[in-house]
Amino acid sequence: MRDLFWLIPFPPAASALALILFGRFLSRKWVTIQACGSVLVSFLLSIFSFAGLFGSAGESLPWIKILSPWIKAGAFGADFGFQFDPLSAVMVLVVTGVGLLIHVYSVGYMAHDKGYTRYFAYLNLFMFAMLLLVLASNMVLMFVGWEGVGLCSYLLIGFWFERKSASAAGKKAFIVNRIGDAGFLLGLLFLLTIVGSSDFTAINGAVRGGTIGGGLATLIALLLFVGATGKSAQIPLYIWLPDAMEGPTPVSALIHAATMVTAGVYMVARLNVLFGASGSAGDVVAIIGAATAVFAATMALTQNDIKRVLAYSTISQLGYMFLGCGVGAYAAGVFHLATHAFFKSLLFLSAGSVIHALSGEQDMRKMGGLRKYLPRTYPPFLVGAIAISGVPFLSGFFSKDAILTSAFAQGKTILWALGLAGAIMTAFYMFRLIFMTFHGPERISEEAKSHLHESPKVMTVPLAILAVFSIIAGYVGLPAILGEKADLFRRFLAPVISPAAEARALSIGAEGLLILASAGAAFLGIFVAYLFYIRSPHLPQALADRLPFVHKLLYNKYYVDEAVGAVVIRPLIRGSDLVYSGFDLKVIDGAINGSAAAAGFFGKALSFLQTGFVKDYAFAFLLGVALILGVFLF
Amino acid sequence: MSMPLLSLITFLPLAAAVLLIFFPKDRKRLLYGFALGVTVAVFAASLILYFGFDSAAAGPQFVERTAWLGFGIQYHVGVDGISLFLVLLTTFLLPLVLLSSWSYIRERIKEYLIFMLLLETGILGVFLSLNLFLFYVFWEAALIPMYFLIGIWGGKRRVYATMKFVLFTMAGSLLMLAAIFTLSSLFFKATGTYSLNVFDQARMVLNPRLQTWLFLAFGLAFAIKVPMFPFHTWLPDAHVEAPTGASILLAAVLLKMGSYGFLRFAIPLFPDAVERFLPVLSVLCLIGIIYGGLMALIQKDIKSLVAYSSVSHMGLVMLAVFSLNVEGTLGAIYQMLNHGLSTGALFLAVGILYERAHTRLIRDFGGVSKQMPVFSAFFLIAVLSSAGLPGLNGFIGEITCLYGVFAANKVYAALAVTTLILGAAYLLWMFQRVMQGPVTNEKILSFPDMSWREIACFAPIVVLMFWMGIAPRAFTGKMDASVTAYVHRIKGRERVFVQKAVPSPVSFRLDAEERLPR
Repeated sequence: MRDLFWLIPFPPAASALALILFGRFLSRKWVTIQACGSVLVSFLLSIFSFAGLFGSAGESLPWIKILSPWIKAGAFGADFGFQFDPLSAVMVLVVTGVGLLIHVYSVGYMAHDKGYTRYFAYLNLFMFAMLLLVLASNMVLMFVGWEGVGLCSYLLIGFWFERKSASAAGKKAFIVNRIGDAGFLLGLLFLLTIVGSSDFTAINGAVRGGTIGGGLATLIALLLFVGATGKSAQIPLYIWLPDAMEGPTPVSALIHAATMVTAGVYMVARLNVLFGASGSAGDVVAIIGAATAVFAATMALTQNDIKRVLAYSTISQLGYMFLGCGVGAYAAGVFHLATHAFFKSLLFLSAGSVIHALSGEQDMRKMGGLRKYLPRTYPPFLVGAIAISGVPFLSGFFSKDAILTSAFAQGKTILWALGLAGAIMTAFYMFRLIFMTFHGPERISEEAKSHLHESPKVMTVPLAILAVFSIIAGYVGLPAILGEKADLFRRFLAPVISPAAEARALSIGAEGLLILASAGAAFLGIFVAYLFYIRSPHLPQALADRLPFVHKLLYNKYYVDEAVGAVVIRPLIRGSDLVYSGFDLKVIDGAINGSAAAAGFFGKALSFLQTGFVKDYAFAFLLGVALILGVFLF
Repeated sequence: MSMPLLSLITFLPLAAAVLLIFFPKDRKRLLYGFALGVTVAVFAASLILYFGFDSAAAGPQFVERTAWLGFGIQYHVGVDGISLFLVLLTTFLLPLVLLSSWSYIRERIKEYLIFMLLLETGILGVFLSLNLFLFYVFWEAALIPMYFLIGIWGGKRRVYATMKFVLFTMAGSLLMLAAIFTLSSLFFKATGTYSLNVFDQARMVLNPRLQTWLFLAFGLAFAIKVPMFPFHTWLPDAHVEAPTGASILLAAVLLKMGSYGFLRFAIPLFPDAVERFLPVLSVLCLIGIIYGGLMALIQKDIKSLVAYSSVSHMGLVMLAVFSLNVEGTLGAIYQMLNHGLSTGALFLAVGILYERAHTRLIRDFGGVSKQMPVFSAFFLIAVLSSAGLPGLNGFIGEITCLYGVFAANKVYAALAVTTLILGAAYLLWMFQRVMQGPVTNEKILSFPDMSWREIACFAPIVVLMFWMGIAPRAFTGKMDASVTAYVHRIKGRERVFVQKAVPSPVSFRLDAEERLPR
């Protein structure tokens, strides 16, 4: 399979191209088969390539396939090159696996949409860009995927572009991401000029050889991390992701939860040698990650839109992944990336099923008691909620605990405590969501109730499959307490992760206590949610009345969007307006028009010299030439 | 070369323009058919240049040289890696521009076509001339048809716009002519022979004071044409008033005459002066990038938005030119081509909208995508190309430019990357307001989608955008040798050979085996 891994991105690319060019001539059935089939082919190729890794013991990693040179300009160059190693394997499996299920689910979800073909064209294009991103062997080509997924995100957030909010959200996502990309590009330019190449192997070599180290490594790592804060929605560039929920729900599941938003985590893990060479870059990553994890979780506490809760939850969980990478536990960060892909896409798709059932209703205040109407949606939704809350023996527990344990082991006690606090909140807001949606009294509008129906199998079967993975995926990364070899995931990734960057081991007793703390956090959060939304439903309102300021602040998401508007966007527009009318039109054009007027004045004053236009021109012209020649020559 | 290919390409449009005079003026199909046929033939001929071009050779190829007026004034044309693709861009766009004018130009069709053909001759001459005086003649010749194109077929404020356009450009070019005469006489004083050959001239080393003045004379003419901040205010006016076809050529090709002028003349002839002014020039470019972007953000008219985006994009091109290294120079040339395609396509798109709505104000539109899905796709690709999205041409140019700038000065590069953000902001915001959202204006509901003719104009540009984004080496490979030699020349100028012992404003630099021109 060694020779075929580079083919993985291309089936969806071919499908997307065909759909864009000939989509209008294709039947809906054929569109479905082609779009899903192409992703299936990629998925199978990924499995074969993954299997190939085990058969290639002793071979040098990564596998590299250079298709052809791409850019060449002086010392600057980049190839169409692909590479495959355990990290790529994890990513392509997650992307194509989850991607395939979401393609299938979309067949049901988008069945009645006029833009069916366009939808699948964009979704296929996204798969191509995402796979390119994780398989590229150099950072310039990776950047093509990086911006390519951004484009697809833009197109799919604004899929229903007739809605003003959707088109505005798409634009916002693209521009905010571009801010991150500007930083990323500067980091890339540093690498290109210093290393002379952007191949990952060359970059690792340059760092290990000492060409890049110390402050320079920190600077480059942080510039690249700016890009990650944009793509992976971390403080301060997270503001686009909640708005991105304007897109169709399967898109939120695939792009804005499971895959694209994890690109920043992938990038940091891919460059772990560089990040590890810098002392403080890792700290910044960890602090931003932990801060985002808690900050976003607080905003999720009070949201009433089911998708917005999940959006803030995604931002928060991405924060955990960065926390893991930042403290050197790259394997744990990537592990959480993988488990999160399962349970978060499960949550989004289940939420989609609820929304679908309620004819588009997203406000949880108008739900409640849906358990009995949606018997095939409720169980997987519950599994997802338990998994993300960190209840023991489901996937989220293992991966989150691995991150928190590593943070503690690295002596970052404050970050660990923040992570634990976030974990309590996570369990709380998830079960708040479950209780408000599926339990308690029905608050469904008559209109929605008359159409209420369980979703078709094409949607619920993917939910069941994802639920199974949300339960079992954790067992590939068991905690070290069960033995040195228990963490299969970490051992699998070991060839990619620089050993110096790994966390040191704790005593068995300490680790046991940490695990108990994690489990306790989950149960505490769930219990409080039960208290608030089942036992004493008046409590939330009472608390909001007692702390009106805090409630308002959280409910309005700390007024960050308003602040950005007031401090950045409006001043920029007003300022530019002022400069335009004040400087461009008055000063520059004023000078021009003024000199024209002056010329007119002198022209009139000297009109006794005037004999005719052409002569005037010629005379002035010759005079000027003679004058200048005179100055220089004589 | 046995066949005078370059002269053929240059003067075929002129000959066709003369012939057109004798055509009946109301036979629209015949007139268009003839003009289109000629421009397509010119494009086909210019493809011979592409395929016959020797990538390994740094110097000019397909050279033709004959005596003309004496005093060093020769008819001397040739094409090298710097000018090759600018020539191709011109010949490629001309048929598309004519095709796009089919329904826009309703009166005086014959004259319109004549001026378009004259314009092509003028532009091609500018890119092909290797003699300073010949260059000047074409430079001015290209101005005249554009003057009429805006002045006759322009919008309401066309008189103001044309006056501004002419005053700005004339102001620059007259000083340049004086400088050319000065160079000619300096050369004669130093060598006893006349030569206005650009390569001979580039070997003359002038004292710093002279270089400064002459550079300013040339530089002003070019800076106005680019246009560099603060000489840019003629551009939005000219664009807003110009008919679609003229706008496309103005943005796509005419502006490149300015940046090309720096590469071919101002920098090789006066390298010390350039070095001296480098900080000032670079800062002006940076201001152009950011200022142009911010101004584009707030424009109400789509055309002036695109015009200000040109100021911003050309700012990056010039910043890369002033990086004076191989990557920056290659990137600048590449980005000149990209800007030609993307801005040309944007103006084409605005023209398509204007022909339906008879307005270009952003606020008059909204939700057009729903009514014109095919157009929406083309327009979006043009927008993304202009915003430098990877996979399309703009990205290759932008990152190569930024690489060159970064290698020359990291602070400049850090400021220049704002173009990524601003570009996305003004373009996507405009796209959102015009194409997306609910349909705000009932007239929009009656817009037909693109016609086959319009698709035929747009599609070749889009194909090229992808091609240049995916396979840039098909283009950079031909530029490489000339650009490397160019950078080597300006960087290697410390090898100065003093020709005369007496104090003279002039000395010569020579390679060991080279001789003075005779």
